[in-house]
Amino acid sequence: MSKATLATIWLDGCSGCHMSLLDMDERLIELSPQFELVYSPLVDAKVLPRNVDVALVEGSVSSDEDEHKIRLIRSRARILVSLGDCAVTGNVPAMRNSFPVDALLHRVYIENATLQQQVPTERLPVLLKRVRPVHEVVTVDVFVPGCPPSADTIYSVLKELLAGRVPDIAALSRFGI
Amino acid sequence: MTFEELEQIAAETRENREKSPRELNVCVAAGCLSLHSDAVKKSLEEEVKRTGATCRVRGTGCMGLCSLGPLVASEPSGQLYKSVAAADAAEIVKNLEGAPVPRLLCSREQPFFQRQNLIVLENSGRIDPEKIEEYIAADGYRALVHALTEVNPNEIVQEVSKSGLRGRGGAGYPTGLKWGTVSKTAGTTKYVICNADEGDPGAFMDRSVLESDPHRVLEGMAIAAYAVGATRGYIYVRAEYPLAVKRFGTAIREARRLGFLGSQICNTKFNFDMEVRIGGGAFVCGEETALIASIEGRRGAPRPRPPYPAQAGLWDMPTLINNVETFANIPSIVRRGGDWYASIGTKKSKGTKVFALTGKVRNVGLIEVPMGTTLRQIIYEIGGGGPEGHKFKAVQTGGPSGGCIPEQFLDLSVDYESLRELGSIMGSGGMIVMDDSACMVNVAHYFMEFCMSESCGKCIPCRSGTAQMFELLTRMTLGTATARDLELLEELCDMVSSTSLCGLGQSAPNPVLSTLRYFRDEYIEHINEKRCRAGVCECGSTVGVTA
Amino acid sequence: MNPAPSVKTLMIDGKDVSARADQSILDAARENAIPIPTLCHLDGLSEAGACRLCLVELKGTPRLQPACVTLVEEGMEVTTQSPRLEKYRRMVVELLFAERNHVCSVCVSNNMCELQDMAKQLGVTHVRFPYRYPRLPVDTTHERFTMDHNRCILCTRCVRVCTEIEGAHTWGVFGRGVDAHLITDLDIPWGTSDTCTSCGKCVQVCPTGALFEKSKVGMQSQKNPDFLNYLNEMREIER
Repeated sequence: MSKATLATIWLDGCSGCHMSLLDMDERLIELSPQFELVYSPLVDAKVLPRNVDVALVEGSVSSDEDEHKIRLIRSRARILVSLGDCAVTGNVPAMRNSFPVDALLHRVYIENATLQQQVPTERLPVLLKRVRPVHEVVTVDVFVPGCPPSADTIYSVLKELLAGRVPDIAALSRFGI
Repeated sequence: MTFEELEQIAAETRENREKSPRELNVCVAAGCLSLHSDAVKKSLEEEVKRTGATCRVRGTGCMGLCSLGPLVASEPSGQLYKSVAAADAAEIVKNLEGAPVPRLLCSREQPFFQRQNLIVLENSGRIDPEKIEEYIAADGYRALVHALTEVNPNEIVQEVSKSGLRGRGGAGYPTGLKWGTVSKTAGTTKYVICNADEGDPGAFMDRSVLESDPHRVLEGMAIAAYAVGATRGYIYVRAEYPLAVKRFGTAIREARRLGFLGSQICNTKFNFDMEVRIGGGAFVCGEETALIASIEGRRGAPRPRPPYPAQAGLWDMPTLINNVETFANIPSIVRRGGDWYASIGTKKSKGTKVFALTGKVRNVGLIEVPMGTTLRQIIYEIGGGGPEGHKFKAVQTGGPSGGCIPEQFLDLSVDYESLRELGSIMGSGGMIVMDDSACMVNVAHYFMEFCMSESCGKCIPCRSGTAQMFELLTRMTLGTATARDLELLEELCDMVSSTSLCGLGQSAPNPVLSTLRYFRDEYIEHINEKRCRAGVCECGSTVGVTA
Repeated sequence: MNPAPSVKTLMIDGKDVSARADQSILDAARENAIPIPTLCHLDGLSEAGACRLCLVELKGTPRLQPACVTLVEEGMEVTTQSPRLEKYRRMVVELLFAERNHVCSVCVSNNMCELQDMAKQLGVTHVRFPYRYPRLPVDTTHERFTMDHNRCILCTRCVRVCTEIEGAHTWGVFGRGVDAHLITDLDIPWGTSDTCTSCGKCVQVCPTGALFEKSKVGMQSQKNPDFLNYLNEMREIER
């Protein structure tokens, strides 16, 4: 049997979910014969391959770049997993949704800046009007809430998915914590 | 007050009118008033005074055909003038004795008037609502005197039961059964409440009754109080009906003056008095438990039933609560008998029903028809059909709790059961006719916005569910919705109607459900093709801009 | 002294149980270790019937009935768990999460929140409805407590405890529909209320992080509404 291909993606999040993934420690070695990590901020691959079996998505959709990425990933992944509260609920990044983007940028880059007060406009992804959880943009197959989901949770989810089963998330994780 | 005294007042009133029989009756109910019938009345009065014509100018209640207001009736000839302006006064007064003014004539022979059967509205437009004597001259208060002096409370309850009258507020609960429950419930103090918190968009039946014939409602309440053993009454009128509040206030004072309210009414042991409570504008206060909370001075929010108000209502006392039209039927039932009333209507829905006929129909106004009349008769014969060049699409009944009924069901008779079967309800009597210029998604969106803003916010399904349904419908009208959104909408409809605390939430999905049932293709078009066939929604044009 | 209420026998989820005639289905179920989820209910306070989580099916009744306010009846057959009920309960939780800004990860009550627990218990792993993201204030004017409207689920436990137990009537609900929100007195900042006795009962009964004690974080912010039963028992004895 060929190895399953695994991709992990980091959208608007703090990377805590990826840290939690690494927190699986020796269990990563246990699972590693079953998958090949083909794309991830943790590896050097620059191009997302065409056929991904499982994609773990950390972070919410906050910019035009995020939106482009998530649509691409959706088109190439068989199973898409929303990993962590940012991907599942919008979480902290979505706290800006109660304010207009202009006001937000002004507050951060002008009012509260001490040096070079200017709103960056070039070569940066444009912020969307609203931060959205992944499933409001593309179809999501598995939801793993938690901030972050624990290493145990991620281990169980991966193990189940690699075995071709649907994990019972409610028993494993919850919003927050 | 005895029959003899009543008769004397009636005779005097009639005699006075016969002395100078010529009169011009100007409708001064809300519909015509909004078209400045007060100015017409003033102008007629001045003209009569100037010319010295022998004619009385009276303000009366609603004559029904509101779209042709201001209406003026010339008596005793019975001529009806339509769309009268203040400037027409001279011509009308000049032609009092001769031929009528043809330009302003409105035939009473047309089906709009001929097809109706007036019970609740029998005095509307015929008497001056601010003069109790005129109500008495039209057989008013005879039912109350009869009840108090000739029969016992139980016989009244029996008579009402026999009539088959059902609650006209919308749900259609048998009135006699409700009265019987309150009368049998033990309690030191009992209350009678009249629900006049009419709030459905497009509905103005109760308003018109209160403005045109307030004593009828008052008499109905007094009879109810006697029947159930209540000593205190409240009428809860929304603040948006200042004229109804004023006229009912006048009616209470007049009734007290003649001893129809107060202690030892008609020299019996029966004591009863009442007051007007003014609602602050919350639609949910039409729900009986919210209304009671509001009268008690608390926030107008519903509470779970049971206990029903009949057991524990106002200040936890047994309380009879009926709507305006229900009470307005009572004097006629008591006067003419339950059997007579039960002879009108269908097997399960007796008597008549008042409807506010509005929308895309020629004759907009207030009508009263026997239960069992078909929608087609109402819309095409009484209403005169829709405007030229447009095709009928649906008729909306029951307001935000009701639904839209398409053309294929127009021959169905109007009664509580058949409307419910079609996914709508009788409701309080709003009837909005829509043609092909209406978009059904937009209609559902409109009613959902209404329910969302009028939800009291107490229970989650109604508070948050209506907001979610509104958002999903908004996406549809903007052309940004997906098939998934339609699934979510249908799931929400089921959940909100099954789990909400009170009738407002339970019925809030009805406009969506009924339009989905009969006009699903319009929803699909909005979602798949970003197209609104009626051209109401901007789903096609704006999709590129908002994305 | 009132005569002892009669006893009814009924069936809950196929189990025969007995209950006093003045007990609710919820009381009877919990006495018999049959769990029914609730959020607005709290032992010792009057019932609001607002959260709709405790809706149950009654044989012979077409509508679902709230277990918290429906009294037991002889021969009643109650179903507390069914696919339909579970679906509606999950939707209630989803609607609550979508309504305001419940950002669990940065909430004072993270891991000590009844709403969070309820989501886990009912298996809500995500919210299918669009989040509304309303812009809501946080009232920090009281010297000891904070009201964060972002986390409020309008269960009105605070309103009821303030009215029924403390007798201060400080809390109330203002506005309609999704705009309904809690206010102190006639909508003045909490810190300026002259009816508030600063007793903190509202904080202890709040199921989420909407009401919390300042400077208490983590396990320190654990709520403890047990005082209610104690107070009610003492008052019962007084009578």
